[in-house]
Amino acid sequence: MTAFLEMTNVSKVFSAGIIRRQHTVAVDDVTMTIDEQSPSILAVAGESGSGKTTLARLLLGVIPPSSGEVIYRGQSVDDLSRAQRRTYLREIQPIFQDPFESYNPFYKVDHVLTVPAKKFDLAASREQTMRLIEEALDMVGLQPAETLGRFPHQLSGGQRQRVMVARAMLLRPRLIVADEPVSMVDASLRATILESIRRMKQELGISVVYITHDLTTAYQIADNILVMYKGSVVEAGSVEQVIRDPKHPYTQLLVSSIPQPDPSLPWGAEGEIAGDPESMEVAATGCKFVDRCPVAFEPCSGQRPPLYHEHPSRAAACFQYDGSPALEGQNLDVVFEPQLTSQAAGGSQEPAAN
Amino acid sequence: MNNGAVLTVSDLRVYYDTDAGTVKAVDGVSFDLRPGERLGLVGESGSGKSTMALALMRLHKPPARIAGGEVLLDGVGDVMKLDDDGLRRIRLDRLALVPQGAMNSLNPVMRIRDQLADGIRTHEPGDTRDDLAERIQAQLARVGLDAEVGGKFPHELSGGMKQRVAIAIGTSLSPSVIIADEPTSALDVVVQRQVMETLRSVQEELGASVLIVGHDMGLMAQIADRMGVMYAGKLVELAPVHDLFTNPQHPYTRLLIESVPTLMAKRALASIPGAPPTLINVPPGCPFHPRCPSAFEPCDSEVPLPTAQNGRVVSCHLYPGEAA
Ligand SMILES: Nc1ncnc2c1ncn2[C@@H]1O[C@H](COP(=O)(O)OP(=O)(O)OP(=O)(O)O)[C@@H](O)[C@H]1O
Ligand SMILES: Nc1ncnc2c1ncn2[C@@H]1O[C@H](COP(=O)(O)OP(=O)(O)OP(=O)(O)O)[C@@H](O)[C@H]1O
Ligand code: SF4
Ligand code: SF4
Ligand SMILES: [Mg+2]
Ligand SMILES: [Mg+2]
Repeated sequence: MTAFLEMTNVSKVFSAGIIRRQHTVAVDDVTMTIDEQSPSILAVAGESGSGKTTLARLLLGVIPPSSGEVIYRGQSVDDLSRAQRRTYLREIQPIFQDPFESYNPFYKVDHVLTVPAKKFDLAASREQTMRLIEEALDMVGLQPAETLGRFPHQLSGGQRQRVMVARAMLLRPRLIVADEPVSMVDASLRATILESIRRMKQELGISVVYITHDLTTAYQIADNILVMYKGSVVEAGSVEQVIRDPKHPYTQLLVSSIPQPDPSLPWGAEGEIAGDPESMEVAATGCKFVDRCPVAFEPCSGQRPPLYHEHPSRAAACFQYDGSPALEGQNLDVVFEPQLTSQAAGGSQEPAAN
Repeated sequence: MNNGAVLTVSDLRVYYDTDAGTVKAVDGVSFDLRPGERLGLVGESGSGKSTMALALMRLHKPPARIAGGEVLLDGVGDVMKLDDDGLRRIRLDRLALVPQGAMNSLNPVMRIRDQLADGIRTHEPGDTRDDLAERIQAQLARVGLDAEVGGKFPHELSGGMKQRVAIAIGTSLSPSVIIADEPTSALDVVVQRQVMETLRSVQEELGASVLIVGHDMGLMAQIADRMGVMYAGKLVELAPVHDLFTNPQHPYTRLLIESVPTLMAKRALASIPGAPPTLINVPPGCPFHPRCPSAFEPCDSEVPLPTAQNGRVVSCHLYPGEAA
């Protein structure tokens, strides 16, 4: 059986600068599988500029990898026939980070909904198309009458963001790649939208890649999480393990920096955060976090730490855990839940009815 | 009225005239911004926060219009009555705005340093090139960016880096009031904390006041001194941050806070039942009444007026009291 979507040793390097050529390794050697049989929600977290959006664009086929392969239903995305590509483009739907860039200011917002509906022949009639559109708007808490017929600038930031979520839902894809889909909506709506995303997984079997800075909502709706730092996966596994008990010093910093909705609690650990967070300059060897790591020790500047499988559902790329075996081929599948291989092979586990 | 406030907003109304009707995006909002304070503004998506942020600087665009009210800027007068020249003078060096989605309003074909220089040059044409270069570098450093970012184009930067550039541009002329609309909603929590620390230190250095619009209740709890909550074009509660979180008075505020998830337990995310109102046809009486679990007799017919409740202002019939 072939997997729905795979990344094998995928890297993406951007080159910029004419005089002094700079290379940015935006995504560095990522291997993982998104399965259709056992849909899941994978959160992708990490600092600004760590490569999350680039990872999303690779999954969506918007940009080609510099090395490695993105494989859709057993075939490299580069080699898809026209018909296959069309299905691929429908089955994987984006919700982009930026609700402002995704719109053409000269078209009414209806455009972003009716065009894909037509393009992918979703409905037999105009009435049916409208019904589907209204249903989708409803799911994200928008009133069709208040939304349709308007130009993008006539909607608030959060309203625009929700139209993009509705658009993705409309197409009934197999995978939704959502880049910060709720960063600009209020807490109540955030809950509404994320719950509808979770329902899509449960009821329609749609998998979701949920890119976010919000580790609290990641914890609430995701099954698994992948934490990126300067293009590399530094920690991955189930949200229970990674967010409740982070092992990599960067993930620990991230989790301790979550601002708590309680003014009497301090924000983050005491003291300054070392280092220049967003410079992508990294040493050619050694751990990418070494200049900011409070517990760096001798081996750290010599080699890149591999992902150590230090817990059945968690791996961390840090030499503190070099007593554990490294993940074979850096493949993240073994730490993610549900476990694809064991379930498929054993067949002993009935899917939980809920 | 002079109460020592830097900015005094009274009964501000901002309406959009559309084919479908009048959208009352800001409908009778009053508050003051005190010297050196950080006032957080949260609330329903589409409740008028950005419209108000723009209108405070008269940066709103048609079909938006100021339908009433005044915005007194200390030492200047009513911003709503300034002529174009007066407006140009106060923007950036008295009142500065970091707009929502600012990172996307950067000019795609201009290097970052030139975009920073633009703002400084229009206000202070006397600067020499060396001065300017130095100031740009300092501006970038202020928001935690390397000097070399100045030589880059927006598409070469991550969302977070662009957002910091936008903040650098907004604060380049040391304004006394900084209005920041979702300044960190695209940033990771570590950088968010750094940017907020920077904003705080810049602000303290300048003695500026900040109005921060946002949705991240955690961030607000950590950064704001006082908080305002908007619902359907109205400011429904205004209170010191601690009081607001520990003892929210307005039912909308309470439900909003309850819908904030925590890392404590994994459970279904709670949201406020019912649909957000349309601002063309705002429900009569209290706009929250169709969704309010505490609604009672007067709520669907009488508009609750803001009342003063020891140190805070609440607009809800549950709290009758002295008009604020
Ligand atoms: N088209 C491009 N050309 C050059 N560099 C790029 C390009 N796109 C992204 N980069 C660089 O690749 C790195 C990763 O960027 P990416 O947008 O994937 O980060 P991100 O994790 O999504 O950040 P954010 O949280 O701020 O959205 C950044 O250093 C960015 O500057
Ligand atoms: N140009 C416009 N024409 C008509 N209505 C508009 C226009 N711009 C905004 N609106 C409406 O005005 C209301 C307030 O919008 P605003 O952008 O101020 O909300 P907001 O509180 O900032 O929301 P968010 O938190 O989602 O950014 C919304 O209902 C919106 O649909
Ligand atoms: S490998 Fe070393 S430097 Fe890197 S995170 Fe682990 S301890 Fe820190
Ligand atoms: S005025 Fe009435 S409906 Fe409105 S919030 Fe108060 S109790 Fe609820
Ligand atoms: Mg991104
Ligand atoms: Mg807004």
